[in-house]
Amino acid sequence: MAGNVAIQYSTSTSSQTVARNSEPRLVRWILITLALAFLGLFLVLPLVAIFIKAFDKGIAVFLEAISNPDALSAIKLTLTITLITVPLNAIFGVAAAWAVTKFNFKGKSLLITIIDLPFAVSPVIAGLVFVLLFSAHGLFGTWLIDHNIKIIFAVPGIAMATLLVTLPFVARELIPLMQTQGTTDEEASLTLGASGWKTFLLVTLPNIKWGLLYGIILCSARAIGEFGAVSVVSGHIRGMTNTMPLHIEILYNEYQFSAAFAVASLMSLFAIITLVVKNVIEWKVKKSFEPGEGVH
Amino acid sequence: MSIQIQNISKSFGNFQALDQINLDIQTGELVALLGPSGSGKTSLLRIIAGLEAANQGAILFGEEDITHISTKERKVGFVFQHYALFRHMTVFDNVAYGLKVRPRKSRPSKVEIKEKVMELLSLVKLEAFADRYPSHLSGGQRQRVALARALAVEPKVLLLDEPFGALDAKVRKDLRRWLRKLHDDYQITSIFVTHDQEEALDVADRVVVMNEGKIEQIGTPEEVYENPNSPFVYHFLGNVNLFKGRLHKGKLRHGDFEVDAPEFSGTVNTEAVGYVRPHDIGIEREASLDSVSAKINYIHLVGAIVQLELIRNDNGEYLEVEVTKEHFRNLNLKAGEEVFVKPKQLKVFIPQDYSI
Repeated sequence: MAGNVAIQYSTSTSSQTVARNSEPRLVRWILITLALAFLGLFLVLPLVAIFIKAFDKGIAVFLEAISNPDALSAIKLTLTITLITVPLNAIFGVAAAWAVTKFNFKGKSLLITIIDLPFAVSPVIAGLVFVLLFSAHGLFGTWLIDHNIKIIFAVPGIAMATLLVTLPFVARELIPLMQTQGTTDEEASLTLGASGWKTFLLVTLPNIKWGLLYGIILCSARAIGEFGAVSVVSGHIRGMTNTMPLHIEILYNEYQFSAAFAVASLMSLFAIITLVVKNVIEWKVKKSFEPGEGVH
Repeated sequence: MSIQIQNISKSFGNFQALDQINLDIQTGELVALLGPSGSGKTSLLRIIAGLEAANQGAILFGEEDITHISTKERKVGFVFQHYALFRHMTVFDNVAYGLKVRPRKSRPSKVEIKEKVMELLSLVKLEAFADRYPSHLSGGQRQRVALARALAVEPKVLLLDEPFGALDAKVRKDLRRWLRKLHDDYQITSIFVTHDQEEALDVADRVVVMNEGKIEQIGTPEEVYENPNSPFVYHFLGNVNLFKGRLHKGKLRHGDFEVDAPEFSGTVNTEAVGYVRPHDIGIEREASLDSVSAKINYIHLVGAIVQLELIRNDNGEYLEVEVTKEHFRNLNLKAGEEVFVKPKQLKVFIPQDYSI
């Protein structure tokens, strides 16, 4: 018997050895089929439906829908908001992650909790907060009117709401990364006579660049797609304070389905591109994490 | 550059890492800070480098008080236990880093930097690796790059934090030699932290033994090994046999035998412990007044020294004894035999509040 077993082992291929440790084939197939069916039903099918519906009434209607002045203004506003919020949140994220991982101070865990807050709070509330603060009846309302500053129902309000909702993305991505990297690289740089700023540029930034990019991608995706918070503060003024998601909603409510789906398909395209970029970066991040610091 | 450490204290929360440390290091000395983990040796090194701030006390480089000067301005070379090489830079760029980040007016030209870096890489025998990334080097090679990088800025003081801690035994020994030679060639004041007593005794001009945030003893390797001033140092540096007994008028009585302890002639009837190194115990065939009978339990014969494990007949305690191979052959010792052991050099400490 023992001899038999030994022969089996010596002739068994590696794939058989793997199979020995995993679930029976049937279970595997059932699970994979279930997962694929689920994804197909709830993800791929709707996505395909968006594109089909978008071109439903021909390419002319599609082009008209996305080149219509209101649509163009919505696209422009969305991109503007993204360009305002993402760099700000990138800076905030790096600063917060730096503070949390490189220094010890009182209230550190409180800061981490606060960074996470926008994830926990509904976007509608995130929008309402700004209405309460800056609308005509809000806390700073009279002062703002006196100084002729418009925040609510204007671009600054939309930017603020988006900023709040997308606040955690970069910081959340960087904190664990910087925690595992520790501070010795920075200390080495300081002992070699580099200033704090040079240390950041030449040592810290290269170490975190892929994680930072990943955070920025996620942050951008959310900034483009944010609906709830923006909806509360925007006022839905056509051609002025409508972002792409809001524009889609309006078109949809007016039964202009093809136009709505045309703009939606454009947003989906953004999302797909983001996803591809995200995957490339994920792969890079994994590569930069490879155990290069093995002990000999 | 000489270093003076004056009255340095440091605490982390409730933990007293360093307690009023005073230490003078001469120009060109190679000093080992030796102690178990938590003894404060690394904290002291980091305070000297300015990576950590002391709660009180002062540090002087030469005549200059540098206590409040930033790490960047201190001009120390620091070698980290896990190398801390910049992963995204080649070996060349790692070594060149300290020169490249200088302000424009004091920065050497590109050609000068290249010359300097290649000179250092040849010093650490890694010229061929200039274009490699740290992840493609072995541990020993990485540590040599880290050393070259630290030396590139021509530091006044070289600080090494467990420099060989992460390396295997063979590489460690080679690097140790190499560090000693480097130090002899360059005469740069160096301090290295280690928990490995062999390393400290082998490499350093002077050894500073630390325990629980305090300095236990400072001396040359011979001094601290041959004349430990406390039970802690005895235990930490090498093996030791304990003879617990009663001290009375200059004699330590212990089980069946008595040894002289002349420095305690005034002490009356006190608990005391005698410390004897394994090689300071003699083995004899004949009984004498200050010897004690024991049975040979185990003989370890590998190497030039023969290690014997004995069990005392009077109280059953184990003794560790080292004799030369020659002496061992003359006595013709065998396991299981009865012999008489006699401490040749014994140091007595009266236990105070320390626990062993």
